[in-house]
Amino acid sequence: MGFAAGGKITDIETLKNIAREIRVLILKMLTEAGSGHTGGSLSAVDVVAALFFAKMKFNPKDPEWRERDRFILSKGHVAPLLYAVLAKTGFFSVELLSTLRKIHSPLQGHPYCRTLPGVEISTGSLGQGLSVANGIALGFRLDKISSRVYCLMGDGEIQEGQIWEAAMTAAHYGLDNICGIVDNNGLQIDGPVEEVMRIAPLHDKWAAFGWHVMEVDGHNMEQILSALNEAENIKGKPTVIIAHTIKGKGVSFFEGKVEYHGIAPTPAELERALKELE
Amino acid sequence: MGERTQSTNNPPSPPFSKGGMGGFEHRAQNTEVKMIATRDAYGEALLELGKKRDNIVVLDADLSGSTKTAKFAKAFPHRFFNLGVSEQDMVGTAAGLSLTGKVPFASTFAVFETGRAWDQIRLVICYSNTNVKLVATHGGITVGEDGASHQALEDIALMRVLPNMTVIVPADAIETTSVINAIADYSGPVYVRLGRVKVPCIMPPDYKFKLGRAYVFRIGKDANIIAVGIMVDAALKAAKSLSSQGIDTGVINMSTIKPLDEDTLLLAAKSSKLIITAEEHSVIGGLGGAVCEFLSENYPVPVKRIGIRDVFGCSGNPDALLKLYGLTPEGIVKTVEEAL
Repeated sequence: MGFAAGGKITDIETLKNIAREIRVLILKMLTEAGSGHTGGSLSAVDVVAALFFAKMKFNPKDPEWRERDRFILSKGHVAPLLYAVLAKTGFFSVELLSTLRKIHSPLQGHPYCRTLPGVEISTGSLGQGLSVANGIALGFRLDKISSRVYCLMGDGEIQEGQIWEAAMTAAHYGLDNICGIVDNNGLQIDGPVEEVMRIAPLHDKWAAFGWHVMEVDGHNMEQILSALNEAENIKGKPTVIIAHTIKGKGVSFFEGKVEYHGIAPTPAELERALKELE
Repeated sequence: MGERTQSTNNPPSPPFSKGGMGGFEHRAQNTEVKMIATRDAYGEALLELGKKRDNIVVLDADLSGSTKTAKFAKAFPHRFFNLGVSEQDMVGTAAGLSLTGKVPFASTFAVFETGRAWDQIRLVICYSNTNVKLVATHGGITVGEDGASHQALEDIALMRVLPNMTVIVPADAIETTSVINAIADYSGPVYVRLGRVKVPCIMPPDYKFKLGRAYVFRIGKDANIIAVGIMVDAALKAAKSLSSQGIDTGVINMSTIKPLDEDTLLLAAKSSKLIITAEEHSVIGGLGGAVCEFLSENYPVPVKRIGIRDVFGCSGNPDALLKLYGLTPEGIVKTVEEAL
């Protein structure tokens, strides 16, 4: 397969099926690797699938195409999600996914931009992606390129102060070519975000920083697409979509379980998970 | 224009013997030595670069008046981005701009640039190998009255330890101008450390900086001083004094600390009994550290490191501070005499 520039899927059922297939790829690669971040990879699948298969323009055969839309995975620990999507859109072969986290693999534990096409910047230390996204957006503006920049952040991640520095910057420079997405799954490594370090009121915070704010069910493809479309029409300010999601979404025994933030499924768990998904 | 002149203190008596690679005196004798802060030279160089190349963009974190990026900002407002007091965001934004083919120069004080934003520099500049130029001013103890919180004595160490990073400390305005032009043509992460105070122009007027190439004023038979930044001038004065006492002393400006000019360093080590390093920085991890690491593995010779000896600085006027920490020609002379 391959999604040349502008090639887009609009059929909701097809997109849902793609999201399901991506979940399967994620679980398989994590099990094979024996470590990695399961919960947050699964919670953000639907949003990222919508971006890559319905919304963004890019060309896997020409990953450096200047006018491509950019996707910055600020929550770098969900690299398996990015890798699955990049493989499925044709940046590299699906077979490569089985090398995740292994020696000499371009699929590093957290995204590394120098060895893998489609990875725009290395991430993993949290809170840094939005600043990079802003820089790209400023560059697009200087070059009069109308492409867009999407930045996926975690809800725990936005406890990092740099996110709010960048939030100020995007609003100050009126970067309406930026769309931030918060994967609001409510859990971080040490427990519920609400207990570890409250980020609420999330909507009001972003609004107070000068952003256009939308909230969606992050597993509802229609809502996701509609929000992404609306974001393109907001002028003069950046947009953030707060995607309400469930950590571990798609596998009943992972859903809402904080302990699956940073561990991979066992082979037995994989078997059970695949039965639910297939 | 940020320039003043000062008479040369010591009109050179017998012309200094030249080691075949240059000498101690490039300026005409008894003429005025220009005093220019390297940060002023940066401001001018950036402005000229901006005129020549429209892919040059500049970022600052609310210190553009001090870092002298304000000149560029005034001439090219649409290519200048003030990020406010947020160094981490500035570094990330610079990396993002570089991903669209721009050549970003990001400036603030050395303490904040390298300390506050170190993890950002590590991840989105060095690890990602983005084409970002970090040009920090107010390096070293000569920040002066503002005191220890503002005196970067660790920045070279912090930057040198990062893979893919190039680290440059120009000695004067002439070298700064050349460095800024050179790094604009080089693809990859670069850290340049500049100073606050006016310093004498000591490099030859026609000098062209070459990345990774030290400038040899002279190779000495008894001792060789490897210096960077303002300490090159101090080293030249010290060498002159030592040589007049019959201690044949050479001076090398090791402006690129990383990658180190190993060939020149080896030549200096093989030519003399003693290597002295001199820098306005901690003796740990900077030029002294780099020189010792290389020599201990490749050609062990006695080395003495001149710099700040694992303490924080303090307030005071720059000259008084240099004296307090022994970062003077007299301090170098004393170290050499004691070591030989």
